[in-house]
Amino acid sequence: MRYVSRRLAHALLLLLAVSFCSFALLQLAPGDFFDDWRLNPQVSAQTTEHLRAQYGLDRPLPVRYGRWLVGLLRGELGVSLAYNGPVAPLLWARARNTLLLTGTATLLAWLTAIPIGIWSAARKRGWMDRLCSAATSTLLTVPDLLLFFALLLLAVRTGWFPVGGMISPWTGADTGFWLRVKDVAAHLALPASGLALVTLPALVRHIRSAMVEVLASPFIRAARAHGIPERRILLRYALPVAANPLISLFGFSIATMLSASALVEVVLSWPGVGPLLVESILSRDVYVVVGAVMFASAFLIAGNLLADLLLFASDPRIRVE
Amino acid sequence: MNMARRHKLRIVLVVLAAIHSLIFLAGFFAPYHFAAQNREFAYAPPARLHFVDAQGRFHLRPFVYNLKRSPGARGGFEPDETQIHPLQFFVTGARYSIAGLFPCSVHMFGVNEPGRIFLLGTDGFGRDQLSRFLYGGQLSLSAGLLAAALSVGLGVFAGALAGFYGGWIDEALMRAGELFLALPWLYLLFAVRAALPLRVAEWQVFLLLIAVIGLIGWARPARLIRGAVLSAKERNFVAAARGFGASSFYLLRRHVLPQASSIALTQLALLIPQYILAEVTLTFLGLGVGEPLPSWGSLFAPLQQYSVLASYWWMLLPAALLVPIFLAYHAAADAMQERLNSVAL
Repeated sequence: MRYVSRRLAHALLLLLAVSFCSFALLQLAPGDFFDDWRLNPQVSAQTTEHLRAQYGLDRPLPVRYGRWLVGLLRGELGVSLAYNGPVAPLLWARARNTLLLTGTATLLAWLTAIPIGIWSAARKRGWMDRLCSAATSTLLTVPDLLLFFALLLLAVRTGWFPVGGMISPWTGADTGFWLRVKDVAAHLALPASGLALVTLPALVRHIRSAMVEVLASPFIRAARAHGIPERRILLRYALPVAANPLISLFGFSIATMLSASALVEVVLSWPGVGPLLVESILSRDVYVVVGAVMFASAFLIAGNLLADLLLFASDPRIRVE
Repeated sequence: MNMARRHKLRIVLVVLAAIHSLIFLAGFFAPYHFAAQNREFAYAPPARLHFVDAQGRFHLRPFVYNLKRSPGARGGFEPDETQIHPLQFFVTGARYSIAGLFPCSVHMFGVNEPGRIFLLGTDGFGRDQLSRFLYGGQLSLSAGLLAAALSVGLGVFAGALAGFYGGWIDEALMRAGELFLALPWLYLLFAVRAALPLRVAEWQVFLLLIAVIGLIGWARPARLIRGAVLSAKERNFVAAARGFGASSFYLLRRHVLPQASSIALTQLALLIPQYILAEVTLTFLGLGVGEPLPSWGSLFAPLQQYSVLASYWWMLLPAALLVPIFLAYHAAADAMQERLNSVAL
């Protein structure tokens, strides 16, 4: 329990540091949202000054950060200038989509990577292993952007997948629940598989090398000598031992996943946090930028925390310390 | 095995040098200037090199046909087979300068007027994609190289400080590094880019990009260098040198950092393709160097409208050309890593 609370406190502290850094960084930036307004002769100087005061942009940095922190405790994330409304609901709607996308992609990537990794470790230096390693090193060198474009081209040419957005135009609130689920799933297929393909090679490599290492250890040889079936050795003896580095890998893979997700969202126009962030940077909508960065780091830190806790649960050696 | 390994690294380095000189001499290898527009040939498909003309005669020198609007179909082109335009080598064309110093106007290949040669097709303004790819590489490759050098330089500095002096310096630097590693890099890149002015001169944007990309990536090399420094400073010869009264700076420079240099080089080879991709991504999203200056990122920006991708597949060709370049960098990093492991064993 002490371990859990210490990890939690550490995570919160890290999050606070991230929030302060991103806030300070953005406030130091020259120019603000109303720069374009000032150039507009139809908007008087008083109006812009009034609006700046209304949104608190004329206050010094510590005051604004303090206000923002107090707002955070109430579950608010400031006001979006471009959308003229609170950031929290705006961000939440986008964050849900990003979570859906990355969650599906993570599941997809791990569910394919684990069997492939185990199989190629079991048949080390076989044709399957060689094929896998060739495929993963090729995939590693293909730029993410090219992969996403290729998927987009595939979808456009074949018409197998709907392109862009999350739902079809004819899907509304009155459509049945299952029809809506089917529609979202069809739209999800392309970005999720692209995202899974980006993370897959690193996962397969790590799983394979962890398994190869364990399979070379004496207790596996002893188990083989006892005549325990190979399948049981792989899944019940070797896999739990190899799981430790894989669980921490899970925490790390979330960072890659999020970065790639921002890109895939822009290229395949999935309405997630990525496009919102780019848009808000271009319009200097500071609170949205801070909110999106906070979302990403919170997600990442939560993932790492989860990995740590899983490790804690699965490995008795850590519990003793 | 050892010989093969050494040869592999050498071959890869030669390939990389060839790629870089190709890009460096973009003015010579590109048939046109990167901003030269041919509005009548917007979205022209890649030109095909022919050897046999419409009359069935064979030509030893390959030639191309000009394009003309095909009747009926809207926006389509068809080859104008009335006149052939043989491929010429070392032709005089648009003026350019090598490294900004030596003015020159000789191009490696081209066709005589009124012929046009677009080996990778053209974009929406009728600009030659091959020329834009070569010129764009100058910006993207140098951004990647400089940013990686900056990142590894910072990493070596921070790692050496942390590993050699230890104590609170080590603690502070490694905590700061954790903060940088805690964020997904693309979001971090966005956040830092957001803090910088949007509209400034092109060369300033270029420097900003390098600074942003280079600054956020220092943590990983710093950690690795710190580890190498920690193990190196416990060596007996370092203790002996210290016993002879060597200063800390001398010890670092002469005995400790050389131990970490191969790690730094391997990190460099690993980071360069990543950073090239980072620059490409930022520019692709409109946060980098603007038109008409080409970067690999701005070459792909039109693809954001998927109708362009759907109708003009050759716009994707420059992206495919990135694969061999990245492959070479990855192979170099692999070979260096192998070498590192074999030395360590």
